[in-house]
Amino acid sequence: MSGPADAWRVLPVGALVLVVAGLAAFADAALAPAPGRLPLVQRLGVPMSEAARLLRQRRRGVVGSDGLLRVVGCAGPLVVALLMAVVVPFGGVTGADLPVGLVWFNAMDVVLWATWWLAGWGTNSAYGLVGGYRFLAQAIAYELPLMFALTTAGIAAGSLQTSQIVAAQHGTWFVVQMPVAALVFVLSVAAFTAWAPFDHPAGRDAAGGLLAELSGIDRLLLLVGRYALLGVGAAMSAALFLGGGGGPLLPGWLWSTVKTAAVLLALVAMRHRCASLPAERFMRWAWLVVLPLTVLQALVTSVVAATGR
Amino acid sequence: MYVFGFAVLAVVATAAGVAVFVVDSMARATFALAVSFVAVGAELLLLGSGYLGVITVLMMIMEMAIMAVFMIMFMMNPAGLMPMSMVHNKRGSLAISLGAFAALALGAILVPWPDRRGKPAGDVTRALGESIMGPKMLVMIGVSAVLFATIVSALTMATSRGRYDRSPSAPMGAGD
Repeated sequence: MSGPADAWRVLPVGALVLVVAGLAAFADAALAPAPGRLPLVQRLGVPMSEAARLLRQRRRGVVGSDGLLRVVGCAGPLVVALLMAVVVPFGGVTGADLPVGLVWFNAMDVVLWATWWLAGWGTNSAYGLVGGYRFLAQAIAYELPLMFALTTAGIAAGSLQTSQIVAAQHGTWFVVQMPVAALVFVLSVAAFTAWAPFDHPAGRDAAGGLLAELSGIDRLLLLVGRYALLGVGAAMSAALFLGGGGGPLLPGWLWSTVKTAAVLLALVAMRHRCASLPAERFMRWAWLVVLPLTVLQALVTSVVAATGR
Repeated sequence: MYVFGFAVLAVVATAAGVAVFVVDSMARATFALAVSFVAVGAELLLLGSGYLGVITVLMMIMEMAIMAVFMIMFMMNPAGLMPMSMVHNKRGSLAISLGAFAALALGAILVPWPDRRGKPAGDVTRALGESIMGPKMLVMIGVSAVLFATIVSALTMATSRGRYDRSPSAPMGAGD
């Protein structure tokens, strides 16, 4: 276990998360298939002008909103992304290589249950609250498949330490060995980020749901946090299922970057090409189809791991 | 350093626990309780049992998020727009809780703690699993699968004619 002397390592991790969040926002702007498309250069300016606009915008709020809980809710996604990032191996380096890194990642994504709901509650808006409740319903749908996906990677590596899981993929990437778990994990990243097709909590049919009443710095913080979560989730997918920094010729950090970018671009591209999936329909799919499949995947991987050892 | 961190977290846990009964909104009370539990989870991390600490944080936040739904559904005045109290029988409950706290705290201070014998295992998580389940590991794993299947099937049966009143034979995603 790393001691306090290694604590400085988390600072570059935090900076990297913010850079990745910014790049995700630019990619999102570049891939958005808006009607009457702007030229690419102008589209790339959209995140910057939007950030500048939100920084200048005065925060508006509903009477009787709970300021403290709103701030916790808005800061939540970014804080969670930073806390998740410390256990994500990137090119052979991990910010804090906890012996239970996998469980840590899982616990941090559960923190989002609270923060998304608080963002909805804190604004004292009916639409926001509807969004918060929708997120909790969605969370019940994706959390168990996500847990089984993480468990499966842990079983195959025989360790809860994320660096060990990367090391265990020296021969074959886990995406080959456990395709269901890999796919479920990537989709769960979109789900806990409230990203399309799992953006029902921030759906247009509820006037923006979680985002309905957020303005100014609150909104900026939440949107940056969302992109950061997406980036960290993509990096974790690359580490857990795509062999992390492993690959021929190129150095580890470059492989990690390439793989993370590929997953991130896929997630961003998915956003504008999928219809929003309502929580009750998502629930049906998640529990009746995906959950049995992930359990089966865990069983197969366990049998392979038990007989191979 | 560790002792200082432990003391700070202990104060946070206690203060957040007190806050549950002081704040006037259901949402704040629920998440004050969550903060208290998270501080306890962090204490476990400081004690070197990583798995227990992290799993405590995971379970408690999940639990409180779900509890918030039910508390707000069933309690009067959830948003704290009017004065509200989490306590019935104010004096009695205060006396009981203070008495219990004093007894436990005094016990922790006054009991003669034994010196450490032996060393912690290399892989604490594995040692924990072995000591909880030991030779019954296979039985426990079997039971957990059965329990989980029971939960899933019970929920499926309970919700097959739920809010949207689909017929059980309706195709996936249809009916809304």
